[in-house]
Amino acid sequence: MGIEIILDKCTGCGLCVKACPFAAINIKDKKAEIEANCTLCGSCVEICKFDAILLERPKPSDKDLSEYKDVWIFVELREKDIKKVSFELATKAREIADTLGERVGAVILGGKVKHLCDDIAAYGVDVIYTAENENLIQYNTSNYAGILTGLILKYKPNIVLFPATHLGRDLAPRVAAALEVGLTADCTGLSIKDGLLLQTRPAFGGNIMADIISPSARPQMATIRPNVMKVQSPDSSRKAEIISIPVDIDPKAMRIIIKEIIKTTESGTKSLDEADIVISGGRGMDSAENFKILEDLAETINGVVGASRAAVDAGWRPRSDQVGQSGKTVSPKLYIACGISGKIQHQVGMKSSDTIIAINTDPEAPIFDIADCGIVGDLFEVVPILNDELKKNLSKD
Amino acid sequence: MKLVACVKQVPDTTEVKVDPKTHTLVRDGVPSILNPYDHYAVEECVRIKEKIGDGSVIVITMGPPQARSALMKCLALGADEAVLISDKAFAGSDTFATAYTLAQAIRKLGSIDMVFCGQQAIDGDTAQVGPEIAQQLGMPQVTYVEKIEIDDKHKLTIHKQTEDGYHILEAKAPLLLALLPPTSFQPGNPPMSRILKAKKKPFNIWDAEKLGGDKSKFGLDGSFTQVIKTYTPPSRGECEIIEKEGKEAAKKLGEILLKHEALIKR
Repeated sequence: MGIEIILDKCTGCGLCVKACPFAAINIKDKKAEIEANCTLCGSCVEICKFDAILLERPKPSDKDLSEYKDVWIFVELREKDIKKVSFELATKAREIADTLGERVGAVILGGKVKHLCDDIAAYGVDVIYTAENENLIQYNTSNYAGILTGLILKYKPNIVLFPATHLGRDLAPRVAAALEVGLTADCTGLSIKDGLLLQTRPAFGGNIMADIISPSARPQMATIRPNVMKVQSPDSSRKAEIISIPVDIDPKAMRIIIKEIIKTTESGTKSLDEADIVISGGRGMDSAENFKILEDLAETINGVVGASRAAVDAGWRPRSDQVGQSGKTVSPKLYIACGISGKIQHQVGMKSSDTIIAINTDPEAPIFDIADCGIVGDLFEVVPILNDELKKNLSKD
Repeated sequence: MKLVACVKQVPDTTEVKVDPKTHTLVRDGVPSILNPYDHYAVEECVRIKEKIGDGSVIVITMGPPQARSALMKCLALGADEAVLISDKAFAGSDTFATAYTLAQAIRKLGSIDMVFCGQQAIDGDTAQVGPEIAQQLGMPQVTYVEKIEIDDKHKLTIHKQTEDGYHILEAKAPLLLALLPPTSFQPGNPPMSRILKAKKKPFNIWDAEKLGGDKSKFGLDGSFTQVIKTYTPPSRGECEIIEKEGKEAAKKLGEILLKHEALIKR
């Protein structure tokens, strides 16, 4: 068990030295040498071109499961701030940890992250593991997965929760596969049953729900849909213990390079999957310009505008706005569908919204099958009046 | 270049209905289809092969014998060879065991330059198998891929979708790509001539014995997650239609919304 350099195969090329996020490899006498601070994260194995590194991690069956304690969350950032979903995860992790009598741990990776620790501690986090490096400002699968794998092997958490975002769904399976543990995707419910994490998730396009456990390996891992878990009010008097992990990342070892970052949504606006209110337009919008009435309504009620596939295909909205099977899954408190017929492919992306309102001229449109409240009518007439009504009443406060 | 595409045969979830009385899934008569995300990934894989000018596309799946039809479709779409990994030993695989099995098959195929997957399958929607294969093969991965271009020196330029736009990435093989079809993508049927041609292409069936690897990592034994219960989500109840004319209906809706939690807490 452990890690070994096969000296016959090692050429001393030094790629592994560059790839190691923990600076745990040196070249001595033209051969790689693993230092004591190795975490078995596996970043070196991945980069070695000569299969010269042999890594053997403890098998799940060899693990003493009772050694694994604490409920961890991966804290996702958006630019320099903590994403709302991270607070949702922290709140849920606190609840689970209290049931188990364990601590809540949080991992924050980025450029400079120390100043964020109090913000997340206020939601009930006891210990925060930070790694700061300029090469961690932009997400990179291999670096993030390597560091996280190493941390989990070292500190042995019982449960690790990730957000089911683009980043979380890229990172979590990588870490789960490295650790050889189970991972449940896109959970909408979490609780403790007989000491195990009970994970609830939708499948078959939201047509069925499944309850899942991961009894045989630790940590138990899951990704959690944004906007589903409640956020508790922060307690700024709470402070967490901070453990900073020294990391060393050589950009030359990165095999996937970000050349350009393109934003199709305005900076500062809330992202679709984090919005409490989503107002989506479909084929019935008729043109890109007509989305202005939805944007006006969104401004009044602090919502975010989404679109059906038909509206994206027509070129009226960018792809990043699309809700549905080949787009985003949202679960806001309020979803207003305007001129969207609501075929199953669209429903998959919004069915778990708390309240669904539909406005459509066709009384037979499938959207009415899942809506809580609807108007059979012309959205161009309804939406502006609705906006005026709401504006009038909301500005009074 | 040797390219592999991993695919899955899935029930057409758009045809899955819930029995209104028993609240269980009605699976009878639901057709099995090639996962639409994978359909697109195979087309892209073939396009990249043709762009490079030489090389081959091997399409693999793990599934029951009936999954053959999904692979035949991939061959008709231009893949050169197919591998069906089929054995009772693989039954009950979760994403980890599935990824282990597929990674083992890819290793057996020899030195592979690129692995193509659909971003997710429409039945499970987990999006986990791709990255789990990449990890097991020690390959870098790019998920949420919207666009791929390859130049003469085999340098890849990739558009990766992000929550507020996309990143333009540069990468080289070996790597695994999980592809997101463009919104306009319609999985069509290949022409009859290509379906006939597909029947002449190499088709391999590997059981657990032939596949090799660590048998304790197959199927139910190799799975760390256990589904203990499935049920239909609570019904949303009837839609309340506001039976008024345009202007009055809008005002009434306004009244309803003003009482909604999302607006009060705004």
